[in-house]
Amino acid sequence: MNAELSPADIAVDAAETPAVEMQISGDLARRGVIASPLIVGAATVVWGLDGLASGAFALALVLANFVLAALMVSSAARISPPAVMVAALGGFVIRLGIIMIAVLLVRDQQWISLQALGAVIIVAHLGLLLWELNHVSISFAHSGIRSTHP
Amino acid sequence: MEAFSILAQLTDEGAKAAEAAGSAGFAYGLAAIGPGIGIGYLVGKSVEAMARQPEAAGMVRTTMFLGIAFTEALALIGFVVFILIGL
Repeated sequence: MNAELSPADIAVDAAETPAVEMQISGDLARRGVIASPLIVGAATVVWGLDGLASGAFALALVLANFVLAALMVSSAARISPPAVMVAALGGFVIRLGIIMIAVLLVRDQQWISLQALGAVIIVAHLGLLLWELNHVSISFAHSGIRSTHP
Repeated sequence: MEAFSILAQLTDEGAKAAEAAGSAGFAYGLAAIGPGIGIGYLVGKSVEAMARQPEAAGMVRTTMFLGIAFTEALALIGFVVFILIGL
């Protein structure tokens, strides 16, 4: 352990680190837009026009969730490491609440298909994360190599 | 007698709906506990790692953010079960 560093030094170091969360969420949003025709198209094929609308809504929810998480954590990281803890756990609760309210607001609409909504939320969330993880793993393993894939 | 049977049927349907809503809420609550513990542990260890090696904060935060998102997927699965059963 580096005993010469005070908590204030650690906070300064953390503040100097670039907002990697925003970079990751930007990548996720870009990949979400690239994959949206495939995801929404698959939902349309399975659930029809309701699947199209519900799939687009679910994809927007997932991307907004990523961006909101990144905003919270990167903002907190500029303050102090304990603030990251608060932002991560508090943000988890807040974002789950926002998703729940968003779904409760649209659940009675005629265009909503709950099966399509649920399926796209899970598939898009995990799919985009695995895609980003692949990119990040390559960057960590070979820091000089930048993946040419989107 | 017919009115009683209709009333009994309505009550039965209402009880089933209440049971479904209760089960869904219970499932969602259980599904949110695990990720809550997981995220707390993950971020705690990440903060510890950043305190030990501030120069590696960028890499730690990248891994931490992806870990948070993967852990949160468990809660989202619970939420989807909730909307499919309870709504």
